[in-house]
Amino acid sequence: MLDRILEEAPRFFTYYNLIFLGGALLTTFLLTAFGCLLGFLFGFLMAVARGTTGWLLFPIRALAFLITESFRRIPFLVTLFIVFYAFRGTGISWSIFWVALVAVVVIASSFIAEIIRAGLESVHRNQWDAAAAMNMSTVQALRYVILPQAWKVILPPAFSFFVLFIKDTALASQIGLVELTFAGKVLNNRGFSAALVFGTVLILYFILSYPMTRFGVWLEARFATSRHR
Amino acid sequence: MQHLDIVDISARYGSHQVLRGISLGVDRGQITSLVGPSGSGKSTLLRVLVGLLPPETGHVSFDGQRIDYSNKKNVKAIRDRFAIVFQQYNLFQNMTALDNVTIAPIKIRKRNRAEVIDEAEELLAKVGLKEKMRSYPDQLSGGQQQRVAIARALALKPELLLLDEVTASLDPELVSEVLDSIRQLAAEGMTMIIVSHEMGFVREVSSTVAFMVDGKMVEVGSPADVFENPKEARTREFVNKILQH
Repeated sequence: MLDRILEEAPRFFTYYNLIFLGGALLTTFLLTAFGCLLGFLFGFLMAVARGTTGWLLFPIRALAFLITESFRRIPFLVTLFIVFYAFRGTGISWSIFWVALVAVVVIASSFIAEIIRAGLESVHRNQWDAAAAMNMSTVQALRYVILPQAWKVILPPAFSFFVLFIKDTALASQIGLVELTFAGKVLNNRGFSAALVFGTVLILYFILSYPMTRFGVWLEARFATSRHR
Repeated sequence: MQHLDIVDISARYGSHQVLRGISLGVDRGQITSLVGPSGSGKSTLLRVLVGLLPPETGHVSFDGQRIDYSNKKNVKAIRDRFAIVFQQYNLFQNMTALDNVTIAPIKIRKRNRAEVIDEAEELLAKVGLKEKMRSYPDQLSGGQQQRVAIARALALKPELLLLDEVTASLDPELVSEVLDSIRQLAAEGMTMIIVSHEMGFVREVSSTVAFMVDGKMVEVGSPADVFENPKEARTREFVNKILQH
C-alpha cells in the first residue's frame, strides 16, 4: 500500500490542493481558536452570573441558566442547524463561516460555563466571606482569592473539552462549511485514495490538537500546581 | 452614648430563625464576651455586624450613626471600621501568611506597599510568627493559622474587633498563645466582642458578659454577676454545667 501512496503523492500534493487543504485547516483552526477563547470568556461570565444573588440580576441569571442547561443537552449538530436556520429566518446574510462560528461559540460557552462553575464552587464558601468582610468586591474576590484556587479544578476538564471540541468542529461541514473534514471528503471524491487523503487530514488535526494539550499542561504547571510537597 | 449599640436585631437563615430580638451595648475600649450553648446565635450576631447576613428587624448604631445594612455604601463603610476573625480562620489558601495580612491594606485600601509590609511583619512578629511569614495556611498549625487571622484583622486597624470562638479548635497548649495575643490587645485598649467557650478567660478579660440562648439575650452583666450571681434560672443552669468540669 505504501508504494501506491508514494506513487500517488506527487499528484496529490500539488500547489492547488495544498492551498485548498491549508484554507480548510485555517478554517478549522479559526473555529477552534475563537470557539475556545470566546467560549471561555462567555462561559466565565455565565458561570459568574449563575452564582449571583438578588432579584436585580435575575434576568441575567435566568438567561445563563437557560443557555447552559439547554445547549449542553442537545447534539452539536442540532445546535448548528438551529443557528443556521435562525440566521436564514431573520434574513441576516452572514457567510457560512460566521454562522458556524456563532454555533461553535454557543456550544463552547455552555460547556465551559459548567466547568468554570464547578471550579468556582470547589472553593470553600468561607473564602468569599473573608474577602467580603475585608471589603473586596466580587471582582476583587474572584481575582485575588477564588480564581487562583479554582484553576486547578477548571483547567484539566477545560482542556480535555477543547481537545474534543477541535474534532467536533468537523460537524460544521454539515451546513456546508469547508473545514478540514469537508476538504478531505472533497479530495477523496476527486479520486485520491482515502488512505492518502484522510492520512493527511489526520496529521493536520494532530498538528492542531497536540499543541493545545501541551499548552494546557503548561498552564496547569504555571497556575494550578500545589505549591509544595 | 454607647460606642456600639445593637437594638432588637433579628435575623434568619432561610426559614431558620437564628436571632430573635437581640439588644446589646458595647463601650469603647471594653471587651464584651458572648457566651451560651451552641446554636444560640452568637456567631450569627457577629456575621450580622460585619454585614454578611442582613438583619430582618432592629438596627445597629456605631458612634451614634445608624448602619443601614441594606445600603451597600453603609456596609462598605462599616467594614472599614470592623474586622472579624472567623472561627475557621478563613485564611486565603492561595497566599502566604504575609500576603494574607497585606492583601486588603495594599489592594483594597491602596496603601503604600512597603509601609504595609513593614506593619504586617511587625504584627506577625507580635503574634509570634516572624519565622512563618512565608508559609501557606496548610503548612501552619491551627494555632498559627488563628494568629495569622488575628494579625490579618489587626492590619485593617479596626475600631471594633470581632473574634469568633478563636480558641475552639485548638490544642490546650496553643490556646494560651492565642489568649496571650488577645490579652495584649485588651491591654492596648482595643474594643472587642468575643465569642468564647473559655470561661476562665472570659471571666478574666471581659468587662461585660452577655449570655444568649436560642437567639435571645438572656442576661447581660459583669463577669462576677453573670458567673457568681446569675439572675436568670437559665443562666444559673448554664453556669453550673460549665463549672462542673
